[in-house]
Amino acid sequence: MKYAFSFLAVIALILIAGLGSQIPGMQYLFGVVLPYLAIMLFVGGFVYRIMDWAKSPVPFSIPTTCGQGASLDFIKQDKLESPANTTEVAARMFLEIFFFRSLFRNTKSEIHDGPKITYESSKWLWLFALIFHYSFLVVVLRHMRFFLEPVPFVLSALEGVDSMLQIGQPAMYLTDAFLLLGLLFLYGRRLITRHVKYISLNNDYFPLVLIFSIAVTGILMRYLLRTDIDIITIKNLAYGLVTFSPVIGAKIGAIFYIHLFLVCVLLAYFPFSKLMHMGGVFMSPTRNMANNSRSKRHINPWNDPEIKPHSYAGYEDEFREFMVDAGIPVEKELAAAEDKA
Amino acid sequence: MAVAKLEQLAKSVVQGPTMATGAVPNKDWMDVSAIFKPGNYAYQAKQEKVEYLNSQKGLHFPNAREWSPEDDDWKLPENWKEIILKGLKERLEKFRSLKIFMDCCVRCGACADKCHFFLGTGDPKNMPVLRAELLRSVYRNDFTLGGKLLGKMAGAREMTVGVLKEWFMYSYQCTECRRCSVFCPYGIDTAEVTMMLRELLHLVGVGINWILEPASNSNRTGNHMGLQPHTFKDNVDFLADDIENLTGIKINHSFNRKGAEVLFITPSADVFAEPGLYTAMGYLLLFEHIGLDYTWSTYASEGGNFGLFTNNELMKKLNGKMYAEAKRLGVKHIIGGECGHMWRVIHQFMDTMNGPADFMEVPKSPITGTTFHNAASTKMIHISEFTADLIRHGKLNLDKSRNAHVKATFHDSCNTARAMGLLDEPRYILDHVADGWVEMPENTIREQTFCCGSGTGLNTDEIMELRMRSGLPRANAVKHVIDKHAVNMLSCVCAIDRATLTSLMNYWNPGCNVCGVSELVGNALVMEGENRQELTEGLRTLV
Repeated sequence: MKYAFSFLAVIALILIAGLGSQIPGMQYLFGVVLPYLAIMLFVGGFVYRIMDWAKSPVPFSIPTTCGQGASLDFIKQDKLESPANTTEVAARMFLEIFFFRSLFRNTKSEIHDGPKITYESSKWLWLFALIFHYSFLVVVLRHMRFFLEPVPFVLSALEGVDSMLQIGQPAMYLTDAFLLLGLLFLYGRRLITRHVKYISLNNDYFPLVLIFSIAVTGILMRYLLRTDIDIITIKNLAYGLVTFSPVIGAKIGAIFYIHLFLVCVLLAYFPFSKLMHMGGVFMSPTRNMANNSRSKRHINPWNDPEIKPHSYAGYEDEFREFMVDAGIPVEKELAAAEDKA
Repeated sequence: MAVAKLEQLAKSVVQGPTMATGAVPNKDWMDVSAIFKPGNYAYQAKQEKVEYLNSQKGLHFPNAREWSPEDDDWKLPENWKEIILKGLKERLEKFRSLKIFMDCCVRCGACADKCHFFLGTGDPKNMPVLRAELLRSVYRNDFTLGGKLLGKMAGAREMTVGVLKEWFMYSYQCTECRRCSVFCPYGIDTAEVTMMLRELLHLVGVGINWILEPASNSNRTGNHMGLQPHTFKDNVDFLADDIENLTGIKINHSFNRKGAEVLFITPSADVFAEPGLYTAMGYLLLFEHIGLDYTWSTYASEGGNFGLFTNNELMKKLNGKMYAEAKRLGVKHIIGGECGHMWRVIHQFMDTMNGPADFMEVPKSPITGTTFHNAASTKMIHISEFTADLIRHGKLNLDKSRNAHVKATFHDSCNTARAMGLLDEPRYILDHVADGWVEMPENTIREQTFCCGSGTGLNTDEIMELRMRSGLPRANAVKHVIDKHAVNMLSCVCAIDRATLTSLMNYWNPGCNVCGVSELVGNALVMEGENRQELTEGLRTLV
């Protein structure tokens, strides 16, 4: 019932914003106070989490090597999968962060009679994860037009490309459709794929439903429910927020406040949830370290110099007689050791 | 422990109602408790072994006692929960990896069917993601805002004895092979999680004997097998005698010799039991062939390090012997034998823990003059690197036909593949010593290699069925090349593999033998002045 619970939670949020924003005087709360609060929580929380991670040292060099390491000159190193220096690590990280390299490797295994286990390439998760993340990124970037005056050329160009199919009026953004598609896939697989369903938590369903609702309210606003959605009023509010002179102008429809409130919830929720994988992916020691731990010493700040091996002297003391008998060289001959004892 | 018959197990892994075969458990995983019964757990550590380790300087192994996982009462210390949570807090502060891996998982499930334990048992808690959730749920409860506010709704749960028992069960059904971490979009490494779970369990006196006994032995006698210096020497001498019988070559080797150029360290299993013995004979022949000035050590007579499977303090303490002995003997550098987890420690931990080894020189092959820049700081090179370089420079007189009885394939051990990147050196050697060796399917080799199923100290007989299950993906890939190419030899560069894969092959693929790559080198070497018998089985030939 975890998946249903997420819907209930988001419906409750929608009701809060839809009804709350219609109470006279509450527009300032939903339009100004909560957005500021959410941004503060997002930035503060994000920074806090990164700092908190950074506070813990990386005691050991633990890259996961996914290819041949740097070795003899006639053995070809796999620089991307087993990087030996910072440049190569940067290249590996670039592929990981921008192209989800590791997910691209995904396989699906099946057990057949025999037994015989087979492994097939399975790129669906990779594909839809890419679609979702890049669409979301473009949608966020497009929204920057509300906060910038004049609107930079790159943003207009981005919008142009995004709406190039010229479907409908106003022209449909491709990323709107792709974002929903990506979300539906990511949500759907949590319900359908049995092992993913078994491991899924509220923490997994909730952000999907939340982002889905944000997207849907945004799309409704743009294409369908246009009553009281004056783009100039909204831009004035948004621009006022970033210039610290917010004004609530003419009446804005409830759908806008619902959209904005859900975004606020997402921002506030972000740093305290699994969504922090956005920051974490940069800091994962199995990916962001060079595989050079034999050529360059890695330092562990809490390395305990008091932990010493069981000493050779202690070892020889225990086994000296046997060693001498067997003709193994010793530091102290038998007689000398006995004299001392 | 009776092990299921092949036919039964073969049927069970395909048809058993498990998550791997399509069944879905009807209970939430948090509501399923770990039940211990004969065959599904490795025996608890003996009291005297725990006491011994606890008495060693720098180590902490409290709560030595008689107990059994099958008992309800594990005789934990009264404040066990406090100890565990404090231990967890401390580790979160010491290991960034732990924090990141606790926080970043999105439960995408990409890791789920990458685990050999999951594929072989179908137990959902053997999906790497769920193995980590066993700890993550407790972490959420006590260390995150969401967990504190929302509790179970946010996937949090309280630390209980039941949870602790679950940790014990599943941290010893993971071989820290890192295969899941290859596929994880954030590189979350279950090995790190399992290591932390095992460290935490030791804080309350919960550990297994098959790890702590070899570790104690290694501390005291220098090697896991507990071979005392004279016995260790006898074993190596015996191998040298065997070589003389087979080839007429007298081996010149030495022990604890000061002033040798190179110290050679290999897992003690290589001088203790078949088929590792033949690998050790390969080393002896190789060094004799090139006239290397080297010495064995009885004090540092263990390449392996069961501390890796226990906690970082024990790992450091056991590993410290290598540099201590190199320093005492005054060698220029160290060569290490074939072993997986040994090389994880040497490659990723040794220099950090026990370096800098500035009393040695950057390894330089005295035969070819090649400088091993990749080991410039640790001063320790892998036997496969050393051998490949010798072959490259034409320093070995090899006759491939001496391996004509062998149709080989190659198993990458988890640690050399995913924690070192040593993939092509052994292959280069194989190309030159064994005709027509073949690769297993691509999803089962190199960085995607499957564990033997019994690594990290799980190579113990009482859990044989579990081991045969978790080794199934590896065995299955071998079977593929047996059927297709009539492979009869599974070669590898790992001492644990040589033991475990032998059991695994005997069970799933009888007739397929296991060897170290250095054994095949030894077979192929044409020695000067040899008086070689007709060796139809190479170094294994009984004469």
